[in-house]
Formats: sequence, C-alpha cells, structure tokens
Amino acid sequence: MTEPVLSVRNLQVEFASRRGTLRAIDGVSFDIAKGEVLGVVGESGAGKSVTGLSVIGLIDPPGRIAGGEIHLAGLRIDNLPPEEMRRIRGKRIGMIFQDPLTSLNPLYRVGDQIVETIRTHLNLSEQAARRRAIDLLAEVGIPAPEKRIDGYPHEFSGGMRQRVVIALAICAEPELIIADEPTTALDVSVQAQIISLIKRLGRDHGTAVMLVTHDMGVIAETSDRVAVMYAGRVAEIGPVQDVVRNPLHPYAKGLMGAIPTLAGDDKRLVQIPGSMPRLSAIPRGCSFNPRCASAFDRCRVDRPEPQSRGTQSVACHLYDSVPAETAA
Amino acid sequence: MLAFTLRRAIQAIGVMIAVGVISFSMFRFAGDPVNQMVGMDTSGAERAAIRKSLGLDDPVIVQFGRYVGNAAQFKFGVSYQFRLPVTNLLMERMPATLELAICATIFAMVSGILMGVYSALRRDSWLAHAFQAVSLIGISLPTFLIGILMIYLFSVTLGWLPSFGRGDVVHIGWWTTGLLTWSGLKALIMPSITLGLFQMTLIMRLVRAEMLEVLRTDYIRFARARGLTTRAIHFGHALRNTLVPVITVAGLQFGSVIAFAIITETVFQWPGMGLLFVQAVQNVDIPIMAAYLMMVSLIFVTINLVVDILYTIVDPRLRSTVSRAH
Repeated sequence: MTEPVLSVRNLQVEFASRRGTLRAIDGVSFDIAKGEVLGVVGESGAGKSVTGLSVIGLIDPPGRIAGGEIHLAGLRIDNLPPEEMRRIRGKRIGMIFQDPLTSLNPLYRVGDQIVETIRTHLNLSEQAARRRAIDLLAEVGIPAPEKRIDGYPHEFSGGMRQRVVIALAICAEPELIIADEPTTALDVSVQAQIISLIKRLGRDHGTAVMLVTHDMGVIAETSDRVAVMYAGRVAEIGPVQDVVRNPLHPYAKGLMGAIPTLAGDDKRLVQIPGSMPRLSAIPRGCSFNPRCASAFDRCRVDRPEPQSRGTQSVACHLYDSVPAETAA
Repeated sequence: MLAFTLRRAIQAIGVMIAVGVISFSMFRFAGDPVNQMVGMDTSGAERAAIRKSLGLDDPVIVQFGRYVGNAAQFKFGVSYQFRLPVTNLLMERMPATLELAICATIFAMVSGILMGVYSALRRDSWLAHAFQAVSLIGISLPTFLIGILMIYLFSVTLGWLPSFGRGDVVHIGWWTTGLLTWSGLKALIMPSITLGLFQMTLIMRLVRAEMLEVLRTDYIRFARARGLTTRAIHFGHALRNTLVPVITVAGLQFGSVIAFAIITETVFQWPGMGLLFVQAVQNVDIPIMAAYLMMVSLIFVTINLVVDILYTIVDPRLRSTVSRAH
C-alpha cells in the first residue's frame, strides 16, 4: 500500500477557557489516500471543522493541538514552524470554506486574488499567473473567464463565488483539499454542481479530498470513505457503502436512520433523542451513552477504543464480546 | 455615479443656505453693530447715516438676499475693527490655518494608523498597552492644556522650539507658507501635535477596533488558508478593509480640526483664522464671525462631499450600488 496523502494519528485539540481546558478533539485518527474522498460527518460541534482546521494549521488561539501527529505525504506538519506551515497552506493543502459570500476579499478583483495566491506559491510572472488564473476559472466552470477575471466578488452569484474559491484552493495543484461544508450556504441546485466539480477535480488531479459536511446525501454521493464524528471522536469510519448500508455504531445507525427516504410514507422525520453534550460536560465512558438505546453498564465507565470490523472501524463496546472474524 | 455626485452637491448647497440664515441672523441679534463702530460722542444723525450706508434700514429679506448674494461671491463685508474687507482678512490668515490643519491631520493619520495597526496586531505587547494609555490621555486632556504643557517643556524648560507664532514665512503668490523655512517648520511642530493629538487617538482607536474586526472575518481566514504571507494579509487585505471607515472619520475630523484650531491658535498665538475669530468675538466684529462660520461650514460640506466620492473609489461594492440605485 502506498503512503497516504494525509495521515492523522490520535489528534487532540484543546481550547483553554476560563472554566478550564476543553478538549474539542480527543484521539481522532484517519488516513486519506491519493485521489480518495473522505467524508467527515457529524452534528454541529462534533469537531469536524476543528479537525479540518488543525490539519491546515489554522486553529485560532486559545485553541491548540495538544497531542497526536499529522503527516502530509510522510512529512510531519503539526509541529512545523509557522513560516514553513504557511508555505504548505495553499500550495500543498487547499481549503474551501463554508460561506463563499464572505470568503473573498470584497475590495479586490477575483483575478487579483487568484494571481496573488499563484504568485505566492509558484514562481510565475504576472502575465503567466494571469493566464493560469483564466485557465483555472475555466476549469471550475466560470463562463467567459477572460472577462470575469476582472470582476469583483460582489458581481458573482453564490455558486459562482464558490467556484472562484475552489479555483483559489486548487491554484497551486495541492495534494489535499479540505472542503469545510462547501455547499451548506448554497441553493440545492447549485450544491450538486459544486459537489460534482469537487469530485471531478479530485479525480482529474489525483487530489485527496477531506469533505466536511453534515449532509449525508452529499457524503453518499461524493465520498469513497466516511468518518462519523461525535463529541470530538470518530465513532465509526469505513467505506461509504458499508457505513451507509450497514452502520455499526448506534450513533451511525441513528444518523443513517434519520435520512428521509423518498419512498417512505412516514409522517414524522426520524431523529436521535437528546442532543450532543457540551464540551464542558462530556459524560464519562462513551460520550454517546446518555442518548444510546443499547447502552449498558460498561458504556458509562469505560471509553470505547476504535476496533476493526471488516472494512469498518467502530468505537463501541457492543462489539467487544464479538470476535473480529465473525463480525465482518 | 454622476447623478449621485450631483444629488450630494445639491444637498450641500441646501446646507450652505441654512448656514447662511444662521450666520445672517447674527447681524440681527448680536447687538447694534453701529454702536460698536462709533464712539460715545457720535450724534444720532451720524449714526443714522452709517446705518443707511450699511443698508441696515432695508427689510430683512432684502438684507438676507444681499448677504447671500455677496457671500456666494465671497464678499462678506467690512470688518468693524480693522475697516478692511473680511474676505481679505480671512484669505490672509487662511494659509496659516490650513497648513496647521493639514500638518495636524497628516500627523494624526500617519501615527494614528501606525499605532492602531500595531496595537491590533500585537495586542498583548507592552507597547500596545502603552499606546492605549497614551490614547486615553489624548482623548481626555483638553487641547489647551496639552499645548501649554508642551510650551512649558519644549520652549521654557528645554528651549528647543518657539512658543508662539509661525516663524519665518515665504510668500508664494497670495499664499504664505512656513514649510520652506527652518524656523517655520520648527514653529509648526508643537501646534500640529497639539491640534492633531485628539484626532490621532481617535484614529488609533478606530483603526485598532476595525482591524481586530477585519482580522476575524472569513476572507482573512481564507487568505491565511491560501498561504499568503502575514505581511500581505495584514497590510494588503486587512488594512485596506479597515480604511473605509477611517477615511470617513478622518475626513469629517478635518473639518473639526479647522474648527478646533481656534483653541490651538490662541494658545500658540498662531496667526490663522481661528485667532482672528477669537479676536472678532472679543470685539463683537460680526462680519468676521459670520464669514468664519460660513467658511468653516463650506469646508465641512466640501469634505463631506469628497469623502462620499472617495468611498466609491476605495470600495468597489459602492460603485455599482450607487449607479444602480440612482
């Protein structure tokens, strides 16, 4: 097996607050291979975005990476000096944020912003960078790019702006793209276009993609593998078909069960009872135990560690007694 | 864009007419000017003759019309105390005030923006805290006190800088400038700082607050995610977005710098319009007071207009909304 583009091992992220240290990410591990799309799904506050931000090294103080390792194609990047990490951002890791309406600086032409980014990372002349910018805009599907390059962000629609943001994220041919809820702020019709664009770019350039979202539909459509996060931990990770069809973790089961079906004639949408605990009040043992229908004594005492079950990996005590061979 | 500018210009004229009414009414309500002009022993007939020659017997509306008509041509009558045309007196002193105001504004802008940016970027450094403390002094100490303290320190104790006046000036046409002589420049330092200190602290606090706000925005986060250098992010992206409100405040403050110059000019005996105005108040020289009011208003209104137009240059979003909305 070739080395994964991104390898996160036992990541821990803490936020110092007046009431003590809050652990937002607690022991998250995953890999993303070249050309692979990993979907990261979970409720708001599960730590999806913080995971993405720590990979690209943009956790704002008082947050900090408290433990674990992040490797980009073999290079450890979680402890790099700021200036070296800056060179990696935008060049080897591209990032797409949630809201395209606010991601672009309103005072600069989109072309200037792209050229600026290209010239920061690649040794190109002004003209060459501009030609590349036009090509990029064409590649992300902006019509008449040679004209639109001189437009200001406010002259673009939301979907078009997200395309510009994507062009900015890929302008130096990064190995990894982190897309943090790239479609949440967009119309449903535009969402599909952006998703297929990200998918196509990942395929064409062999880029690894970490797709953070709370939309299971987007994950099912785009991802090769999916990581289900809950309260700062990975509850379950595995190939997307397996996790969707045969979720192991009770929380993942709840999530999959909550996807409304077109055929279904249920009057009410299914939901998981309760809500995710606040970071300051994470229960002992398994953090999902207060909401879990299958919880038993051990869940309230011991924290479950991830264990392999066939293609999937799950952190749940339900599978402790079942030998690995028979569960798959 | 043109329609927008035109509309603002018409509004500006409206404001000026309103100021004209106030300035004109000073003549009516601030005592009898004839009494101020003549001695105790002037006879009633002579007083009547003066009153007639000044047109003070005409109906109010006629007098107002004449006043506005003259004001539009920059004719503000004759000063009671100097017996010279007010326009000449003001024009003579305007270069001194404008030079002082411009120097004070440049001082305030440059140091205010630098200090503001620094204290936003290095929020917890001791220097940033020192700036905050200094700005508190700048905001709370009255101008005349700062001026007097500086005179005491730099003129009386150390003897480095002159305590009053403009120093040697050079005449360029009707304009007189102190910028071209050493003594003129030296004389400018203390009044400029005194006058600009309040604006400086204001701009510094504004820049700091705006900068901190801008640094939290998504496009700054995205700029960091793009791997731009810290320098490019802070000075290319953040600072330019900070400057939009700073331009407004600095522009509007320029008007009050000229108005505040009255105090600074008095402290430093600076031969500008403000000093002329203070003398005019002491001598109830209403033509000068009225003309000064009109001039300062004109400067305010002009600056407002310029700031509105500058906005559209700095912020491209306004360009299109402006042309779409009108």
